[in-house]
Amino acid sequence: MEPIPLLKQLSEINGVSGYEEPVRELLRRMWEPFVDEMREGRLGSLIALKRGSGPEPRPGLMLAAHMDEIGLMVTGIDKGFLRITWVGGTDERVLLGQEVIVHGQHDLPGVVATRPPHVLEHAERKETVPWDKLFVDVGLPAPEVEQIVAVGDLITIQREMAVLKNQRVAGKAFDNRASVAALTLTLEQLASTQHPWDVWAVATVQEETGLKGAITAAYGVAPDVAVALDVTFGKQPGVQDVDSIPLGEGPTIGIGPNFHPRLAARLRKTADTHEIKYHIEPVPGRSGTDAWAIQVSREGVPTALVSIPVRYMHQPVEMLDVLDVERTGRLLTAFIAGLEPEFLERLAWDAPAESE
Amino acid sequence: MILKDLSEAVGVAGDERRVGEVVIDAVREHVDEVQVDTMGNILALKRGTTGPDLTSKPDERPMRVMLAAHIDEVGLMVVGHDSDGFLQVRSVGGIDARLLPGVLLWVGPERIPGIIGIKPVHLVQQEESRKVATIEQLVVDVGAKNKDEAKTLAPLGTNATFATQFRELGPTVRGKAFDDRAGCAVLVEILRGEPFPFDVWAAFTVQEEVGLRGARIAAYTIKPDCAFVLEGTVADDLPKDKDTSPTTELGKGPAITVMDRSFIADRRLVRHLTSTAEALGIPYQVKQPGIGGTDAGAIHATREGVPSVTVAIPCRYIHSPVALLSLDDYDDTVRLMRESLSRLTYRTLEERE
Repeated sequence: MEPIPLLKQLSEINGVSGYEEPVRELLRRMWEPFVDEMREGRLGSLIALKRGSGPEPRPGLMLAAHMDEIGLMVTGIDKGFLRITWVGGTDERVLLGQEVIVHGQHDLPGVVATRPPHVLEHAERKETVPWDKLFVDVGLPAPEVEQIVAVGDLITIQREMAVLKNQRVAGKAFDNRASVAALTLTLEQLASTQHPWDVWAVATVQEETGLKGAITAAYGVAPDVAVALDVTFGKQPGVQDVDSIPLGEGPTIGIGPNFHPRLAARLRKTADTHEIKYHIEPVPGRSGTDAWAIQVSREGVPTALVSIPVRYMHQPVEMLDVLDVERTGRLLTAFIAGLEPEFLERLAWDAPAESE
Repeated sequence: MILKDLSEAVGVAGDERRVGEVVIDAVREHVDEVQVDTMGNILALKRGTTGPDLTSKPDERPMRVMLAAHIDEVGLMVVGHDSDGFLQVRSVGGIDARLLPGVLLWVGPERIPGIIGIKPVHLVQQEESRKVATIEQLVVDVGAKNKDEAKTLAPLGTNATFATQFRELGPTVRGKAFDDRAGCAVLVEILRGEPFPFDVWAAFTVQEEVGLRGARIAAYTIKPDCAFVLEGTVADDLPKDKDTSPTTELGKGPAITVMDRSFIADRRLVRHLTSTAEALGIPYQVKQPGIGGTDAGAIHATREGVPSVTVAIPCRYIHSPVALLSLDDYDDTVRLMRESLSRLTYRTLEERE
């Protein structure tokens, strides 16, 4: 698959937390040729199995990438204007003047209303507009709005992906469709790759609202080992270097209490062997990713995290370097292909460390 | 729709050439003369039915009526490039910094996509979260990796504007730069209609947003007897805590200015407009006095003075990436202007209270 059209499709499709169906159905079609079976978790995660070639009982690896995105929800209708609230960590600082789609009885284009500077008090121009003063305007008379839109309807940002210079792209929902794209590329590559382990590819739901898909899918799959895929902060103006990763220098491999050190070490070794660029990302506590939930599922799951650097996270202009998505796909494929049947034994606490 | 073509054209103040081309294409067939002056104002003459100016007596020569709408829009200008390849920008005209985070821009004549992002909310400290970043603190990201690449892609002085497509929403339409492409569209529609008894000089003016610069010289050149300025103006009709005026409201007809921060409208022209509207049942509203300013501020003080008035289509969210107006208001504004002009004579300007 060509990565740019893949990213465009995944960025532009809508799947707010709890309402991921459009993404799930798209992935079901995309993944169908590459996997042996698929099912849907009780909360809506897409769970796909690609069987390994090793002797039974085969160990299983779970790759988890959340497919939900942040969004907005209608909380009231006032003179035909929609009052709104957040679903997930929507950043109200970037909403003013944005074009949106209101998912009523049918989709309505709308805009996040903004009072012009001409009529504002001086102090009001210096402060972001709080949620209770944000409205969406669909440009219809009030009675018509009330027929089409109801409290509880979703609103998504309307944003076509833009192709910038140097294979960089910008759009909405790259958190975490960037990883969904990388996972899809991995599945495509695995279709023609020998791998002893079973691979469970899971597109999880409701990560942005509390890792709900990862909690439930990890229980359902009961993997032996897991790698969560997410995005991390790309180096950008206003953010310290220590908090961010340059774009275009590969994904990150997380280290810290959320991650099994031997598993992270194997990912590093794989990247080194295959000359795939990467950065180490120290995460001192909760990673804020599906890895946090998967690690403590059932009796515990050795877990790692691979992240793609994204600038301007949770904004309608999330930006990434396409090469980093491709590298993530290659790293995962190489890692999976290199998993020997007895790898699990190496993760035991008393096992000797792998030689470099 | 002419409003779509005008809205999607890019013409930040000082660089309005492309909008001017759209205007000239739209009116050339319908006017007698088109000239472009030193600043880029498009001046179009539509001769009156009473014939050319053959007499030296002022009250016997055909009246000269100026209709003005500005073709420039607010935007950004590249003023520097940093070592990481980001573009430093400053506003051209009144850009509201609150709207910039998260926007997609067209940068330069080739419309290179550029974006403005801010520090991710996850990394923002509580006390800085409500503060709006100033334009000086923001940069535009076109994907360049270093200073040289950024300079090549967007040299100093390159303009950028909001990348917004025009769109119809049923009874309303939305798009960028309705201030003042809405006024330009009304003016084009007027020129496309039948001629009036007097000469109409249409001025599609430049640089309104940076200080009414184009209108000043256009009015000097045209030397009009009176002037009508056509605008897209503030409609602030959102629900609000305090019961403040909406300035103007969508769907309630053209907004007539009696006074704003740039001029006091000529009372005779205001009355001419309102009585025409009332006689024909055309809805209209009076814009809340004391808000904003238009080209009328420059035109009314040209030479020995020009009786002037501003008529505007109410627009929500002007100066933002996407404004919204009612097509009924648009049609009513065109109609009110046509009918008022067809009834306009010297006597209109001689009447006393």
